[in-house]
Amino acid sequence: MKYTEDHEWLRIEGDLVVVGITEHAATQLGDVVFVELPEVETMVATGDEVVVIESVKAASDILAPIDGEIVAVNTKLADAPGLVNEDPLGRAWFFKLKVDDLSVLDEFMDEDEYADLIG
Amino acid sequence: MTDLRRLPLHDLHIEMGARMVPFAGWEMPVQFAGVMPEHLAVREKAGLFDVSHMGQVILRPRRDMAQLAADLAALMPVEVAALPEGRQRYGLLTNEDGGIIDDLMFANRGDHFLLVVNAGRADVDIAHLRAHLGDQVQPVNRALLALQGPLAEDALAPLVPAVRAMRFMDVITADTLFGPLWISRSGYTGEDGFEISVPTPGAEGLARALLRNSQPIGLGARDSLRLEAGLCLYGHDIDETTSPVEAGLTWAIQKSRRTGGFPGEGRILAELAGRSERRRVGLRPEGRAPMREGTKLFAGDRPVGIVTSGGFGPSVGAPVAMGYVEADAAAIGTQLLGEVRGKLLPVTVSALPFHQTTYKR
Repeated sequence: MKYTEDHEWLRIEGDLVVVGITEHAATQLGDVVFVELPEVETMVATGDEVVVIESVKAASDILAPIDGEIVAVNTKLADAPGLVNEDPLGRAWFFKLKVDDLSVLDEFMDEDEYADLIG
Repeated sequence: MTDLRRLPLHDLHIEMGARMVPFAGWEMPVQFAGVMPEHLAVREKAGLFDVSHMGQVILRPRRDMAQLAADLAALMPVEVAALPEGRQRYGLLTNEDGGIIDDLMFANRGDHFLLVVNAGRADVDIAHLRAHLGDQVQPVNRALLALQGPLAEDALAPLVPAVRAMRFMDVITADTLFGPLWISRSGYTGEDGFEISVPTPGAEGLARALLRNSQPIGLGARDSLRLEAGLCLYGHDIDETTSPVEAGLTWAIQKSRRTGGFPGEGRILAELAGRSERRRVGLRPEGRAPMREGTKLFAGDRPVGIVTSGGFGPSVGAPVAMGYVEADAAAIGTQLLGEVRGKLLPVTVSALPFHQTTYKR
């Protein structure tokens, strides 16, 4: 598992990259009440706003961590946004990206480095 | 950046795990256990809010209460003289244009009135009151706690048995080991409960005693609770440009005041007669996406208004909002569209409150 400075986690699944948010991020957001997912087959560039998460407090964006094509989204989150708080590292993945070269993940933090970031 | 003021209970909030944020010039706890569980705790049990940031002002008559009541009534479209001793009422300071300078609570405490005003408006209010009432206006430096929820009476009665006999909007003074408490049966959540003014040195002891039978609640849940109860937040749902009639606060203007004699009477009386161009309404978005403050509202493709407060209602289990719409779009049941991130989503004009209030009348 790799981590971004925006508190996303990236997991390789075959030739795809699965993206979610970390437990730290989920805790900071508070209770999630709404998740707006992108359309599948959307091409995204690093930094694009891909997902909107609304908590009881505010709206936050999830940005595309890398360039790629969205090939799957977790439609369960539309009906059960609370999964983001219950199981952020598992059942609450947001989308799967098809990328040209999985080696782009090397630049991201590993678990120890991310643990240092959030102190 | 200006320095934030600290609450008398600051250290207790930190001890209880509060996340602190700046609000109206104060460093305030926004949440403890989380907005959702705190919100539900107030609806089902009892929650304790530190609202010491709010302004407390005594109006002590230079001559007699009757004259002071008449002078205060000249600043508000609200009946003051008929308010009996031991009772509190909702009031509105209006400007010459019929806008709202602030909304407040005022209580007749026998030989004086006690006003509780919004934190962000306290300086403006005090200057305005002093301009008209002079040195009868005396700001009070005390802590203010709100104990809210169906178990609030049970949480407070062991310390002050007399609260069991209080009705909604009653006020009493109770001598306790935390000092003399000024207690009103009122709040900002739609639930039964109390607001308790306490001398600052006694505030922490009182809070710890009340927390034996309640849990701490932050500003986040305070906002979602008042939104579900359909209560206005100054600076968002009401301000110096909105009139009490547009704001749907005509219930606060007693019949005896509907002949004038207050600032902005021209506009307010005309609007009472049925000529208000826009109205504050409740709004129920159809899907799960909250419509936050600033969301533009449309009837078909015609812009008709804007959301002034919005979010998720934990007790409603769905997004809820309030906003202003043109009069012809204000009827309950009117289908509108709200623009959320570039998309027009359906929203229905709905009755307020969203969650039934449970005041002890």
